Amino acid sequence: MATILEESGFDPNQKLKIVGTNPVKQDGLDKVTGRARFGADAFLPGMLFGKILRSPHAHANIKSIDASAAEALPGVKSVITSADFPSIPQGTGAGDMTRNVMAVEKALYDGHPVAAVAATSEAIAKKALKLIKVDYEVLPHVIDPLDAMKPDAPILHDYMRTKGDPDAPDKPTNVTEKMVTELGDVSKGFAAADVVVEHDYDSKPMHQGYIEPQGCIADYSEDGQIELWCCTQAPFVYRDRLTAILKLDSSKINVEQSELGGGFGGKTGFYAEPHAILLSKKASRPVKMTLTRNEVFRGTGPVSGTNSTIKMGCTKDGRITAAEANLVFQTGPYTGSMYFNAPNAMFTRYDLENVHIVSREVVSNRPKVNSFRAPCVPQIVFGVEGVIDEMARKIGMDPIDFRLKNAAVDGHTAIYGDTWGPIGFVETLKAAKESDHYKSPLPKGQGRGISAGFWFNRGGETAGSLTLAPDGTVTIVIGTADVAGSRVSIAMMAAEELGISIDKIRVSFADTNSLGFNRVTAGSRTTYSVGMVVVNNARQVIKELCNRAAGIWGVPAEGVVYEEGQVRPASSNVGDFEPMSIGDITAKTGMSQGPIAGHSEMNVTGAGPGFGVHIVDVKVDEGTGRVDCTRYTVVQDVGKSIHPLQVEGQVQGGAVQGLGWALNEEYIYNDKGCLDNASFLDYRMPVASDVPMVDTVIVEVPNPAHPFGLRGVGEVPVVPTMGAVGNAIGDAIGIRPRSLPMSPPKMLDLLEEAKGLSESERY
Amino acid sequence: MAKKSHVTTTVNGDEYEFLSEPGQTLVDALRNSLGLTGTKEGCSTGDCGACSVQLEGRLVCSCLVLAVEADGKSIDTIEGMANGDELHPLQRQFLELNGSQCGICTPGVLIAAQALLETNPDPTETEIRYYLAGNLCRCTGYDKIIRSVQAAAAEMRGS
Repeated sequence: MATILEESGFDPNQKLKIVGTNPVKQDGLDKVTGRARFGADAFLPGMLFGKILRSPHAHANIKSIDASAAEALPGVKSVITSADFPSIPQGTGAGDMTRNVMAVEKALYDGHPVAAVAATSEAIAKKALKLIKVDYEVLPHVIDPLDAMKPDAPILHDYMRTKGDPDAPDKPTNVTEKMVTELGDVSKGFAAADVVVEHDYDSKPMHQGYIEPQGCIADYSEDGQIELWCCTQAPFVYRDRLTAILKLDSSKINVEQSELGGGFGGKTGFYAEPHAILLSKKASRPVKMTLTRNEVFRGTGPVSGTNSTIKMGCTKDGRITAAEANLVFQTGPYTGSMYFNAPNAMFTRYDLENVHIVSREVVSNRPKVNSFRAPCVPQIVFGVEGVIDEMARKIGMDPIDFRLKNAAVDGHTAIYGDTWGPIGFVETLKAAKESDHYKSPLPKGQGRGISAGFWFNRGGETAGSLTLAPDGTVTIVIGTADVAGSRVSIAMMAAEELGISIDKIRVSFADTNSLGFNRVTAGSRTTYSVGMVVVNNARQVIKELCNRAAGIWGVPAEGVVYEEGQVRPASSNVGDFEPMSIGDITAKTGMSQGPIAGHSEMNVTGAGPGFGVHIVDVKVDEGTGRVDCTRYTVVQDVGKSIHPLQVEGQVQGGAVQGLGWALNEEYIYNDKGCLDNASFLDYRMPVASDVPMVDTVIVEVPNPAHPFGLRGVGEVPVVPTMGAVGNAIGDAIGIRPRSLPMSPPKMLDLLEEAKGLSESERY
Repeated sequence: MAKKSHVTTTVNGDEYEFLSEPGQTLVDALRNSLGLTGTKEGCSTGDCGACSVQLEGRLVCSCLVLAVEADGKSIDTIEGMANGDELHPLQRQFLELNGSQCGICTPGVLIAAQALLETNPDPTETEIRYYLAGNLCRCTGYDKIIRSVQAAAAEMRGS
C-alpha cells in the first residue's frame, strides 16, 4: 500500500464533516479544573529537591569549587559540579551542551550553572547552595554583539575560529560563522533601480515568556535506568541529547512528558534535567527540580538579538530589482541560534532575481539563545518590511499593491532551492486588502501599518500508532508535544478519516520507550506531520477492517467498501450483507485474528509554505512616548483550519507576543554584565489591558500533500508583527523606528526628531 | 531547625491541617503540603497571577501570602470551582470558546475572573482587561480569554 507521502488523497471537493468544526478539546476539562499535570505537578516517593548554584559573574574563570560544607549539611544528599559530567571536548555539539548546563572551564554568563544540590527540602537545598565556595577569577565581559566583533573584544573561547570565512585571520574570535546567501547579481539589480532604500536596524533578545518555569523529576535506578518526567517540546530530542552528554545508550533514559505550560521554542532544549539525573544518580533517590522565574530569565534561552543593514531597490512602477543585507545574530556563549533561517526567509515571499546576504553569528556573555517561533526571522523582517514600506511610499504606491506586484506565486523557486507547489501569498494579500480593517478609515491621530511574513512550515521524523480496542473505540499514541491543542486536531483528522465521532477517539502522549523517534514539536510541523502519520494509520486500519469483513462474508476484499465508519458490500452483486461497524468486526475477529492497529514511522515531507499579512493601527502618546495598538488584524493562509477556534487563538497569541517584542520586551544588562530585569515586573510582557482584540482572517489555499490541505499555523503569525507596528508608528509620527523595542524612551527621541522634519522628509 | 507552625484552614469547604515551615508561602502549602496542584506557581513575586486564589473571599496571589496567614481562614482554589460534575459557567465558556490554550495560566485566570464577576456581574471589555491585567497569558493574546469571560458573565446574568 502506498503511504500517504506518495498519495495524500487530497480532494479539493471533499465534503468534510469534522475537520473545520470546533469541538471542545479533550485535554480542556483537565485544564479548567486544575487537574492537568504540568512539569512541577508530579511527586515521587522519597523525592529530593534540587537547586542550582549559578555564576554571579558574566565572565569568569572557575579556579576551584569547594562543596564540602554543603555536602556536610544535614539533609543534603548529593552535590554535583562539572566533575560529575563526562568530559567532552570544547567546541563540539555535546561539549557545548554540557558546558551550557554546567560551566566547566569558565562561567560565560550571569546565571551560568556551576553546581547543584539535592536535599530533603527545598529550604535545605537553598541553604546548601550558600555553603558552596567557588573561587572565580573575574574576566572582562562583552554583552553587545557588535562590541564582541571588535578586534580588542574579550574572547569567550580561545579555540574559536570563524567557520565559512577563509579570509579570517587564524586567531581567536567571537564570530562563530559567516554565511553568504546569493542569487543573481545585486550590482546589476541596483543599477536598474529608480529608488534605493537602505537602513540599519537592531533588535534585542526577548524571552519566550512561557508562564510555566521548567520543572522535572529524574529517577536514576541502581541498574542504570533513568525515568525522566519533564515539560518539554521534544521528549525524544531531550532523551538523545541527554544520552549524548551523559554518554549513555538512548534506551537507558525514558522521557515522559508532562502537560506543557507554554514553550514557543524555549522548551526545545533542556536546562535542569541533566542536573536532576546526576543528582538522582548520586543520591539514589528521585530528584525534583523547578526553576524560579529569576533562573528562567537569567539561565534559559532568549531569542537572538540582531543588527542588520538592509538595502533594496525598485523601479518607479514598483518592481523590486535587488535586495542586499548584512546580518549579525547574537547566540549567547555557544553557537546554535539557527540564524540561517533568516537569509532563507527574510525576503522569501517576494519574487526576487538579485539577492546578496551576509550573515554572521556572534558569541557574547549572555545566556544561550533558544528557538522562538520562526527562529531568527521576525526580528530581521522588521527591517525588510520597513524598507519595502518606504519604497512603496517613495513611488506613491499602496503598500499592499506594492507587495502584490512582487509576490511569489505557484512554481516559485525559493532562495533555499525548493520549488513551491500551490501557495497562498497573493490570496493572503488580497484578503488583507479586502478586510474590513484595511477598508476602514484610519481614526484621526493614529497610524496604520501593514507587513507580510513567511515561514517554511516543517515536516520531519514522526511516529505514531492508532489502535482499535475490542469494542471498536480508538486510541492514538503520539510522540510530539501539545503546544497549542494538537491532540484534538489529531483526533479530528482520525475521526474524519475513520468516519466516526471524535468522542470514540482518545489521543495520548507516548513516553520515549513507546514509539519511534519524533522530531521536536516546533517549526509549525506537528499537526501537519502527526496528521499525516495518523491518517496513514487510519488507512491501514480501514484496509484491515475491509479484509476481515470480506473474510466474514466470504467475498473478495475488492467487494467491500468502508464508508462512514462501516464496512459494507461494494454493490448488491457482492451479496446482501448487513453493514458492520468497527466494533462489530473487532468483536467478531479479535479472538481469531488478533487486534487491529496501524502504525507509521515516517520522515514527513511536503510541508506547504505559509504566509501572513498583518494590519495594525497605533496611537502614540506624545507626552510619554507610549504606543498603544488600537486595532489589529491577522490575515494568514493556513492551508486548512482543522479547528478554526484554535487556529485563531494561535495567531492571536503570536500577534500579541510580537506586540511585546515590538513595544517593550528587552533584556537590560548592567555594567557588570548582569541582568537587571530578571522578573515579570521588570521584564514586562503584554497584559490584558495593553492590547485590543485581535481580528483574524483565515485564508485557506490547500496544501495538496496533506489529505485535508493543511500547511501549518504557529510560526507565521509572529513574523510580520514588529514590521507592521513599526510601519504604523512611522505613519503616525513621521519617522519609521529602526530599533526594537520601540519603547517610550526611544519614541520620545523620535517624536523630538520628527518635529524638525519638513513635510517631504516625513515618512 | 526553626519551629514549624500548626495551621488549620478550610480549602474549598474542607478542613485541612498542616505544619508550616517559617517562610512557607500559601501556594507552596497548597501544592506541596496539601497536594492541591491546580494552583500554579509562575513567578513567586506576585507578577503573573498563576497562583491566584480567594482568601476569605478576597482575590490574592498565594505566592505573596504566608501559609500561616491562612490559619483559621477559608480558601477557594480552582479545585473547588466546579460544583461536582457541574462546571462553573466560566469553566464551561473557557472550554467552548477556547479561552485556555496551554492551560498553565487558566486556573489563576478563572479564579480572578470569578472574583470579578462576583463584584461586577456586567463588566465592560475594558473592565475585564484591567481586572485581569495581573494574570499573564503568553498563548492566547487574551482575545479568547476576554470573550470567554464576557460569555460567562452574560450566561450568569441570565441574558
